[in-house]
Amino acid sequence: MIYHFDWSVLWSGQSGQWLLSGLLTTIKISALAWILAVALGILSGALRTVPLPPLRWLALSYVEFFKNVPLLVWMFFWYFALPPRLPDAIQDWLFDHGAEFWAGTFALGVYHGARFSEVMRSGIQSIPTTQFEAAMSTGLTTTQAYRHVLLPIALRLIIPPATNETLNLLKNSSVALTIGVAELTFQTRQIETYTARAFEALTAGTLIYLILCLTIAALMAWVEKRWAIPGMIARSSRTEG
Amino acid sequence: MDFTVILNNLQFLLVQGFLGFGTFAGGTLRLAIPAIFLGFMLGTLVGLGRLSHLFWIRIPAAIYVEFFRGVPLVMVIFWFWFIIPVVLGMSLPEYSVALAAFVVFEAAYLGEIVRAGIQSVPRGQVEAAGATGLTRTQTMRHVVLPQALRNMIPALVTQFIVLLKDTSLASIIGYVDLTKAAQIVNNREIRPFELYLFIAAVYWVSSYGMSSLARQFENRWPSAKS
Repeated sequence: MIYHFDWSVLWSGQSGQWLLSGLLTTIKISALAWILAVALGILSGALRTVPLPPLRWLALSYVEFFKNVPLLVWMFFWYFALPPRLPDAIQDWLFDHGAEFWAGTFALGVYHGARFSEVMRSGIQSIPTTQFEAAMSTGLTTTQAYRHVLLPIALRLIIPPATNETLNLLKNSSVALTIGVAELTFQTRQIETYTARAFEALTAGTLIYLILCLTIAALMAWVEKRWAIPGMIARSSRTEG
Repeated sequence: MDFTVILNNLQFLLVQGFLGFGTFAGGTLRLAIPAIFLGFMLGTLVGLGRLSHLFWIRIPAAIYVEFFRGVPLVMVIFWFWFIIPVVLGMSLPEYSVALAAFVVFEAAYLGEIVRAGIQSVPRGQVEAAGATGLTRTQTMRHVVLPQALRNMIPALVTQFIVLLKDTSLASIIGYVDLTKAAQIVNNREIRPFELYLFIAAVYWVSSYGMSSLARQFENRWPSAKS
């Protein structure tokens, strides 16, 4: 095999600009989806442990409904299948405001919310039940016990698996290229199309993803250390993804 | 809503798209099932490599795992799609490209499952095997791996479910799996709502069904705790 590398394709022409805008779109879609996913995950994860069966059932249905269908199918569904069923005014507004971006963000956030929910539930369930009983016996309501006792502990405990899920979300944002979101993988392909330099373009995209992942992992490790509760066992190892 | 489009194309969607029997190579299961077996074989090597006492085996195995767990699957599929023609000097069909990409990618995740499974076997088992005069290889082959395999089953089933859903991404290089089959029908019939809802239901039933079976299995034969 003879292949002549030409790394200059990455900074000549528009390539650099494309990579940068792809990186920014990846960060933007991941950050927005992450906020949605974490909010849904904390809410539904907490609801799965409350003493009220209808609420538990509701949260369980959300999780099982979304996590058993591929993210790609959800993207197609939110982007191709649903908008034509909406009223014309909403459709026009959506397609004037980057419908593919919002469909992608929504699909990513709701899908990963279901996965964050599992992480949150196991975090709450790993807290000894005496914590909850003690909180109740001091006269707190269930809501207060969750708000002031269980959630603050659980959120610290779940940092390692939540880091894993965050990285999965970031990597899965690449699926949004299928509905036309111009994120990092999309732009990497664009460079390949214009320069016919697959190896160089893919190397650049891959390195950017690796750097992003390492940065987030380091950041979360710092957060874990900063907010660790003295005396509770620090679980620093990464869990299965 | 008009679900006759599903009925009219049921055979194409399920037999060709989902199972993979038909006029051309395709199918979700036809990709997922070989990928999990081959990926497990490569993953066993990676997992054993990570536990090796030799640093020149242990470190490359660790880099392999960390690399593939830090890169999106879509990117890995594109790597194989663009690089195979350059390396081999000829292009391979979508099926081979997708299978190669999934095996290599999944081996990183399966390797971690194998490693955790091996580490779940109590230390005393290895020492006892050594005391009876077995070599390290014999200990691994006859004592550790059979017990480790039992402990890995729940994680392997979970990983297969993940893989089954991930095979939908093979559609981006044109491989005709269930998702691509729905796209093909949609291009002709323009019925996105019915079609995507239908394939979502197919994925949902297979994924939920398998995890329910795995739960029953785990309840009936709980894994040995070290």
